[in-house]
Amino acid sequence: MSDIPNSPGPSGRPYGRPLSPHLQIYRWPITMIASITHRATGIALAAGYVLLAWWLIATALGPDAYDVFARLSGNIIGEIVLFGFLWSLSYHLLNGIRHLVWDIGYGFRVPTAQLTAALVFVFSLLLAAGVFAVGLMVKAGLSV
Amino acid sequence: MTQPRIRTPLGKIEGLGSARAGTHHFWALRVSSVALIPLSIWFVASALAYVGAEQGAVAAYFAEPINAVLMFLFIVACAYHTSLGLQTIIEDYFHQESLKITLLILNRFACWIVATVAGYALIRMAFGVH
Repeated sequence: MSDIPNSPGPSGRPYGRPLSPHLQIYRWPITMIASITHRATGIALAAGYVLLAWWLIATALGPDAYDVFARLSGNIIGEIVLFGFLWSLSYHLLNGIRHLVWDIGYGFRVPTAQLTAALVFVFSLLLAAGVFAVGLMVKAGLSV
Repeated sequence: MTQPRIRTPLGKIEGLGSARAGTHHFWALRVSSVALIPLSIWFVASALAYVGAEQGAVAAYFAEPINAVLMFLFIVACAYHTSLGLQTIIEDYFHQESLKITLLILNRFACWIVATVAGYALIRMAFGVH
């Protein structure tokens, strides 16, 4: 029985016990993707929090430290990171509100949960893109 | 109910469970998330207005009392919410006890160290130390 896929190897558990089929077996429902993305964006925002602290301490320390941050965040890689941060925040904010609505007791019907998951993906991208575009306009306006 | 009832009446009304914490973690995560809705919108709007700005302009913004207070609340709420959220993830995916406890402690340390660095920077700007 030891050749059964997913059987729990040489641990203390018995061989041949069926594991609940999950990540690699089922087609991913959108609600599951939304849930995983909520965690992933949460981890990304934890990293973004470190960047936020860097930005604040650089600003507090003076023009030299601030310019290092401004130069690194102003190039293409910095802008990609900033967009990723913006989208993560947009997604986590909108999906967090979806979770709070669930906590109050609404939106649990399957079609509703699927619809709100799709809406969160669409509107988080629109929100992040809109805010990023405004940021680029502010930057262009100041440098002209 | 053929099983004998093991849970005592006192345990039932306390509602604290075996970890003695009850729903505190769940509730704290929700309360901090509610606080972060307006605070994060305010923060993004503030940062947006200062894209490409000079250091002095940003420092002056955080020297304003209302901005210093809001930013301080944002930093604290972020640290609390982040530490609770990462704690959940660590508890879900790390099952070796020594590794799990080490990561849980490091998570708390890291979140509050970052918050303290950010708070220190903010206090310097709020009191105009340059």
